Amino acid sequence: MSSNGKKTPFYEKHQSAGGKMVNYNGWLLPVQYGAGLVEEVRAARNKAVIFDVSHMGEITVTGSDSEQYLQRVLTNDISNLADSAISYSPVCYPEGGVVDDILVYRIERDSYLLVVNAANTEKDFTWLSDNVFGDVELNNVTDRYAQLALQGPSSLVIMNRLSSEPLDHIKYYHFNPKVSLDGVNCLVSRTGYTGEDGFEIYCHSADGEKLWDLLWENGREFELAAAGLGARDVLRLEAAMPLYGHELSREISPLQARLDRFIAFNKNESFIGKEALLKQKRSGITHMLYGLEMLERAVPREGYPVLSGDDEIGWVSSGSYSPTLDHFIALAFLDPLKVESGVLRVKVRNRVYRTRVTKIPFYWREK
Amino acid sequence: MMKYKVLESYYYTEKHEWAKSDNGEAVVGLTDYAQDKLGEIVFVELPEVGDDVAAGKSAAVVESVKAVSDLYSPLSGTVTEVNEELLDQPELINKEPYGAGWIFKLEVKDEGEFKNLMEKAAYEEFIIKEEEE
Repeated sequence: MSSNGKKTPFYEKHQSAGGKMVNYNGWLLPVQYGAGLVEEVRAARNKAVIFDVSHMGEITVTGSDSEQYLQRVLTNDISNLADSAISYSPVCYPEGGVVDDILVYRIERDSYLLVVNAANTEKDFTWLSDNVFGDVELNNVTDRYAQLALQGPSSLVIMNRLSSEPLDHIKYYHFNPKVSLDGVNCLVSRTGYTGEDGFEIYCHSADGEKLWDLLWENGREFELAAAGLGARDVLRLEAAMPLYGHELSREISPLQARLDRFIAFNKNESFIGKEALLKQKRSGITHMLYGLEMLERAVPREGYPVLSGDDEIGWVSSGSYSPTLDHFIALAFLDPLKVESGVLRVKVRNRVYRTRVTKIPFYWREK
Repeated sequence: MMKYKVLESYYYTEKHEWAKSDNGEAVVGLTDYAQDKLGEIVFVELPEVGDDVAAGKSAAVVESVKAVSDLYSPLSGTVTEVNEELLDQPELINKEPYGAGWIFKLEVKDEGEFKNLMEKAAYEEFIIKEEEE
């Protein structure tokens, strides 16, 4: 067992629930529990699961120039974001590569909460601080909060049992900053990283264990399960959601990852990376994100080459067995000019296996 | 109390493969401990009949959802048969690691190599130690 690493407020809970703990970006988190990753994925698609996502970073932005400032560092346009609404946005370098992809919660005028990737928290805070102007104050408040994600079709009914008022009013990509879950004060958002309905719940670290127990006890009759990092990665891949370091990075722009709708070229303010991204758009992109479905049994994994004939046309950025589809799937960056030129194959060690481009997301829930 | 199944008359490696003698041939597979650590197995790359394999060298590849693992042959010899059932049902390794989940058979080059492997009691002790780490 890896013993070096930060413990989240739920560490003891994972241990008693049979979590296999690993060090993930400096945090001790369960990769899976006893029932196994495949069962956890099924539970998320059919019932409900909880994930400990306390490792996610939280940064507050306050001050009278907050909106102008965020318009500058985000590619997306948040000028029309209402109180209690959430926007997803890449944060880019001037060269067009990605610092991180983040969620922006508008608490109220001049007050925002940014939720960022665990591995990027320090880097983001430095980057954001280096680009501050005017009346803007940033605070890294990651350690103050415990965060759980409740995901799956039974999420709403479980939440409504715990909440003093029904939470149906919280629409997708919205939040309520003052929800009482059996006395625990929480911020609750209708968000997630699985492609299912669900909530992300933030509370003070000290209340974390109580929140876990509450969810657990109230979720029992709905067969709520705990799920680990392994299932989370498979679920987000099935939903074709990008993961920083795989589908986005300093070298991979949001245009390559097909995140065009989160890049507001027409907003009033200029944003960091705009020139480079416009240039990319005009001159064409050498590798674009595609979904692949294997036609032969083999697991496509990160870094494996994708071939068209003998020609290497790209690489797998994420791949796995998909328990939901019972298929082997991958996200891959491929040369758009060569994708349709012949039979595609993924090179797995010393052999090649047939694959084909398929539409993404691989999985979407019926609404 | 041993959480993992370890059987009599099987021989074990430190990488958690097993070999069982069968009329001059040996059957090779992964132990119950190995399959539990790997999790749900979704793909197996088998050797080919006629391949020469060497003790301690990679002879097959086993993949779970999260990980790729080499299977190191417990013994040296020539592959005589592979378990083709695993191509469509790799989960047999999880379900019956010592039975239907066998991986390949080989003609043993040197019966003396069995002496390098652990028997039940020694292997049980080995995995208890590994669990403590």
